[in-house]
Amino acid sequence: MLSIRNLHAAIDGKAILKGINLDIRPGEVHAIMGPNGSGKSTLAAVLSGRADFEVTDGTVDFLGKNILELSPEDRAGEGIFLAFQYPVEIPGLTTTNFIKTAVNEVRKYRGEAPLDAVQFLKIMKEKMALMNMDQSLLSRPLNEGFSGGEKKRNEIFQMAMLQPKLAILDETDSGLDIDAIRTVSNGVNTLRNKENAVLVVTHYQRLLDYIVPDFVHVLYNGRIVKSGTKELAFVLEERGYDFIKNAVNEGQEA
Amino acid sequence: MLLTKDRKLKSKINTMNTIENIKEQYQQLQSANGSSALTSIEQKAFTAFSNMGIPTVKHEEWKYTRISSLFNKDFQFAPGRLASSFSKSDFDALHLPGFENANEIVFVNGVYNEALSLIRSAAISVITLEEASKNEHSTIVSTHLGHSSQYNKDGIHALNTAFVKEGIFLHVAKGKVTEHPVYIYHVTDARVSNILSQPRTLVYVGEAAQVQLVETFITLGNSESFTNQVMEVVVEQDAVVENYIIQNDAAHSHHVTTTHFRQIGKSVVHTVTITLNGGIVRNNLDMVMEADRCEANLFGLYFLKGTTHVDNHTIVDNVNPNCLSNELYKGIINDQGTAVFNGKIYVRQKAQKTNAFQSNKNILLSDHATVNTKPQLEIFADDVKCSHGCTVGQLDEEGLFYLRSRGISFDKARSLLIHAFAKDVLEHIKPVAIRAYVEQLICERLELN
Ligand SMILES: Nc1ncnc2c1ncn2[C@@H]1O[C@H](COP(=O)(O)OP(=O)(O)OP(=O)(O)O)[C@@H](O)[C@H]1O
Ligand SMILES: [Mg+2]
Repeated sequence: MLSIRNLHAAIDGKAILKGINLDIRPGEVHAIMGPNGSGKSTLAAVLSGRADFEVTDGTVDFLGKNILELSPEDRAGEGIFLAFQYPVEIPGLTTTNFIKTAVNEVRKYRGEAPLDAVQFLKIMKEKMALMNMDQSLLSRPLNEGFSGGEKKRNEIFQMAMLQPKLAILDETDSGLDIDAIRTVSNGVNTLRNKENAVLVVTHYQRLLDYIVPDFVHVLYNGRIVKSGTKELAFVLEERGYDFIKNAVNEGQEA
Repeated sequence: MLLTKDRKLKSKINTMNTIENIKEQYQQLQSANGSSALTSIEQKAFTAFSNMGIPTVKHEEWKYTRISSLFNKDFQFAPGRLASSFSKSDFDALHLPGFENANEIVFVNGVYNEALSLIRSAAISVITLEEASKNEHSTIVSTHLGHSSQYNKDGIHALNTAFVKEGIFLHVAKGKVTEHPVYIYHVTDARVSNILSQPRTLVYVGEAAQVQLVETFITLGNSESFTNQVMEVVVEQDAVVENYIIQNDAAHSHHVTTTHFRQIGKSVVHTVTITLNGGIVRNNLDMVMEADRCEANLFGLYFLKGTTHVDNHTIVDNVNPNCLSNELYKGIINDQGTAVFNGKIYVRQKAQKTNAFQSNKNILLSDHATVNTKPQLEIFADDVKCSHGCTVGQLDEEGLFYLRSRGISFDKARSLLIHAFAKDVLEHIKPVAIRAYVEQLICERLELN
């Protein structure tokens, strides 16, 4: 469903992604790991259409469409969802108003009728329960004053509301306690089916106990330098990235 | 060279028309009204006006707001009588939401229209200033009328004061909570010609009284209007006054609005000034905190399009100790809109333990939009807490991307963010019907349902 070929991206003339190749098929879970600053969030941002990054080469095909030509909102309409590493606080915009607008905009894009207030409320309650979220968060300004964990849960709640085909989770586990990791993972797993896929960016193997990946990739210096199955995550946890870095820097495939 | 000279001469002649008209009206009214307690106020003001003229951009307080050129145009000015055909059925179309439960005061072309006005609250009475200056309220009138001249030392302010006899006196009886808000309509009927109007009001809010005032401005017709309004509000001990100014007038309407509060007892004043449309708009807001432990909130929102120019000049004068003022003005400026914010805070030597906070935040939505913002603090006491800050920026890119990544279109995301930005001013509009009305106007502008 997602096919990334030779993707290069730069910011302010500085190359960050230097030839990414990645294929994700429906139903799969892929994990991306890698040292700080290697380009994981950049990849996530480029896929979701952040304008700061300039794609200098390569293609991204999503369900037969060249998504690099689409606006962020159209990508969301097509079914791409990014759970932000740092969710943005928007004072003055209530979470309910935000999520309602988002759901109906996406439905409009997909040619579906908007949800009426009753339907919307019902679905929202259901997803809040799934995410173990306090109702009071809904009437509060979006993410403003939310704890780290509440912000991350809110991301997955949004994902549950929007039903994406490809969910990209950028360090959704960072800063979460173990119960919250379970809740978040449970939310993600509930959404999974044969038609959709998940791309998880994480530093920790423990998340992958809950969201079990079919493939694990190591991103280093703007490239995927190693791919494997979930066992690779254990190796990385044990040995760190040095052995991979060294191999790369010595010019051989790790 | 010759051309310039010629044009100068021409503009001078045109200037004579409106100014001459004003002078003529003044002379006529002086002889028609005869002499009274208010005569000397008028005469003094008229002399001041004659000496100073309409302020130009050379005047320190009018640097960015050019009203003098408006006087090159012909404006009809008829202060002494109801000269318009504005009727009850005209008015029916203009009521603000919630009017069924409001006291309504109507000015047409600056002249109080008693027939269209309706006072529902027993605690409220409205009479002319001339009357008030002769009855049991005469001391209030003589003590407070014209106090705003000390803070607004320019010809345009003097011009209004030169016609105070035509103004009204609004009395709020002590100890009464006025459940019905007071809606004040400034209607300018410019269906036939350009109109200059000069509403004048003295409001007296008695001890422990509570009242909500809502002012709005409406220009009818396609000719230009110029409303030079002054409202002075005297606030007694333990009184609570709310004042809401809603400016959503035509693009060919111009306004100088001066609202002058004098807190003579420990009291609370709460103001929200909303400007959404107009030609050249200048709002002077003075908060003179003369008593110990006064409290004042000054909120403002301007959301500009087209070529609207808005200038908010505020003064918070801390005369006595322990006063608290909170000021937040927010601006969203689109198209070729221009905004000015000038916020003065004076803390006199005696005014120890003053708490005075001020903030002005602006978002420019277009490359042609401009804003000039200037905080001005003059502090003569040493034990005070004052803060001020101003920002000018664009919409938050991060927020915009976040919303768009959830499928919200660029336009809608932008609208939601603008609305969100305005919210912490709008939520200070306490009368529910008025808040909903302003929300509605803003949502319409933003094309949010
Ligand atoms: N807006 C920006 N301006 C300049 N450089 C940037 C910008 N955003 C990212 N970079 C740089 O791009 C590189 C990759 O950053 P990115 O955030 O993608 O890393 P990451 O792999 O997600 O790291 P982490 O594990 O710390 O989250 C870093 O060197 C970072 O400094
Ligand atoms: Mg990152």
